[in-house]
Amino acid sequence: MNRIDVNKTYKLFIGGAFPRSESGRVYEIKGADKKFIANPALASRKDLRDAVVAAKSAQPGWANATAFNRGQILYRMAEMLEGRSEQFINEITILEGVAKKAAQLQVSQAVDCLVWYSGWCDKLTSISGSQNQVSGPFYNFTTPESLGVVAVFAEAKPSLLATVRALAPVLAGGNSAILIASENFPLPAISLGEVIATSDLPGGVVNILTGKASELIPWVGSHMEIDGIDLTGVSKKQEEELRLAGVDNLKRIFRFSNTDHPERILSFMEQKTIWHPIGI
Amino acid sequence: MSDFEYASAPESRAIANIESNYGLFIGGKFVQPKKGKSFNTINPATEEVLSKIGYADKSDIDAAVKSARSAYLKVWSKMPAKERGKYLFRIARIMQERAREFAVVETLDNGKPIRESRDTDIPLAAAHFFYHAGWADKLEFAGFGSKPKSLGVVGQVIPWNFPLLMLAWKIAPALAAGNTVVLKPAETTPLTALLFAEVCQQAGLPEGVVNIVTGDGVTGAALVNHPDINKIAFTGSTEVGKSIARAISGSKKTATLELGGKAANIVFDDAAIDEAVEGIVNGIFFNQGHVCCAGSRLILQENVAEEVLDKLKKRMSLIRVGDPMDKNTDLGAINSKEQLNKINEISNAGDKEGANRWSPELKLPSKGFWFPPTIFTGVTQSHRIAREEIFGPVLSVLTFRTPAEAIEKANNTMYGLSAGVWSDKGSKVLWAAKQLKAGVIWSNTFNKFDPASPFGGYKESGWGREGGRHGLSGYLTAEAKVNK
Repeated sequence: MNRIDVNKTYKLFIGGAFPRSESGRVYEIKGADKKFIANPALASRKDLRDAVVAAKSAQPGWANATAFNRGQILYRMAEMLEGRSEQFINEITILEGVAKKAAQLQVSQAVDCLVWYSGWCDKLTSISGSQNQVSGPFYNFTTPESLGVVAVFAEAKPSLLATVRALAPVLAGGNSAILIASENFPLPAISLGEVIATSDLPGGVVNILTGKASELIPWVGSHMEIDGIDLTGVSKKQEEELRLAGVDNLKRIFRFSNTDHPERILSFMEQKTIWHPIGI
Repeated sequence: MSDFEYASAPESRAIANIESNYGLFIGGKFVQPKKGKSFNTINPATEEVLSKIGYADKSDIDAAVKSARSAYLKVWSKMPAKERGKYLFRIARIMQERAREFAVVETLDNGKPIRESRDTDIPLAAAHFFYHAGWADKLEFAGFGSKPKSLGVVGQVIPWNFPLLMLAWKIAPALAAGNTVVLKPAETTPLTALLFAEVCQQAGLPEGVVNIVTGDGVTGAALVNHPDINKIAFTGSTEVGKSIARAISGSKKTATLELGGKAANIVFDDAAIDEAVEGIVNGIFFNQGHVCCAGSRLILQENVAEEVLDKLKKRMSLIRVGDPMDKNTDLGAINSKEQLNKINEISNAGDKEGANRWSPELKLPSKGFWFPPTIFTGVTQSHRIAREEIFGPVLSVLTFRTPAEAIEKANNTMYGLSAGVWSDKGSKVLWAAKQLKAGVIWSNTFNKFDPASPFGGYKESGWGREGGRHGLSGYLTAEAKVNK
């Protein structure tokens, strides 16, 4: 008799732990071959709020870590992802119905993307900060700082790469993230939680929710402790809904093209300008 | 020895040639509004009517946007960047030539002391054009990609507190980046914008590159909602800024917003107290406190609170309140009756909620709108005077024991525009500057502005920066962002 596989229970990732949804709800994910794969959690408004609490409390520590340290942790994520490649290749193949080769390429691109953003962490002030030549005896300089808590809606496919491509820049800038995984292709995003949990990223810096984006969007838009949104993965109509609700605390809301660019990091950073007189 | 008597030193208003009425500036010419409506602009220090101003409605806005679009497509976007820059240099030079005239008109229309319009507003406005003129043909080196592109037609709405300076903050970067503009000055302070329209004519700026439409909030809303605008740039209250953000949330328009503030000004016990007192006075009483980044919450370390307050009260007794045209005046008129009512309303709430009000003894002029320099002590964080933007010469004083408590209190606000730190210990200043959630930190100084220095807020103080290299990005296409 063949050995019976030990299947994984796909849960949420909040505050460094893997809880089920407080609502007790799940929904069914089928593979490209229409066969059952998993019952991931159907996250509720309460799960979102718990995730924001975790993200908000973890964020200052992450932002105050040295940029060098943040870079090393992002690099560590790349190492962990590389080591777990097989797992992700399997998930992508079953879920997206793509050939193994395409899945392999996607995973290696995701690893390389983490490496790329890892290297950005300690160069942001160099490329976007400045010392400003004001007309007077003042030392005046501008430097980027983290924004706070950013909600991330990545594109559904390529499931792993799109997720990493959206998440890595948010982390590189010292923010914490609430990742809302794609409804139909969530498994690599959930498994990314295992990479994160073993990468020395402080608990709560990344929180991963699964379920229906349409159900969570009103609460993401109106939550006063979410400071920014990457809505690259949502529809035009959902974008309007998020932008309108986001006005309540003037969230920084952006949609990005399918590319890796430091602008993705800097969009979720604030520029601070400091003046000090020069004199004796 | 007998006391010297006070002798006033009034600036002459002869240099100000204010017309009895002004039309709208559209397509390089002054035109009458289509419906022929107008409103008066007054001198808030005397309530005298200065001029009759054209009131732009939807159809006038449409004409202005058409003129800006046509200028953008046919002239401005095609012009070599070097030439575009030269127009801006010309504008800067003419503003410098006519600086005194601008200062007098600004003070008459706004109520701010002539010393401030002459030494701050007008020179900074001209400097803003000079600074951005130089950027026009260097945008590919600004760090926004090798081929940064302009956005198109920009709708700009500005406040009444620094009328010409805010115009410069808006128009100079927009034009340098290759956009054309339709700008609406504030209802109570349209005159220097109309004078600026004359400068555009003198500079030979191509018709339609700059259009000035005067009116009220309805005019501004018509501009914001016009379908052929690519971007909105707004400076004003957080409330109006949010209504703009809502209005454009479903459109392709982008926005930069420069909104309200409730800046903390923290004085540590190791600060140079006399200098700090000067900084506190400058922080809250500059421009009658009509400053979005005013240091309106003084946060004093408990062990020096008494000393600072004693010295502050002495210093406040020396503030000269009155005729804005007097070169000795420190505190001029409140810009409008409406604003005076608002300052009174929130200050009265301060009394009611149990804070202690203090103002030096002084006689306010009988005509015009006035409010004495005022401090409230015994303020708690939940008081309205500690939470809401008063936009007047009213300072709320809180105290703290530990540096961590100072930061906690300073950051306890929905705003994040600016903050001040006073200490003679460098490491402490830098520590505090890092902790404060605000876009501009003045350490051992306050209310300093420069075209090369980015300005703008965290949190609900707005979106984006103005000034410096960073300010350009609001007027150029992004590389990785997808337009809405």
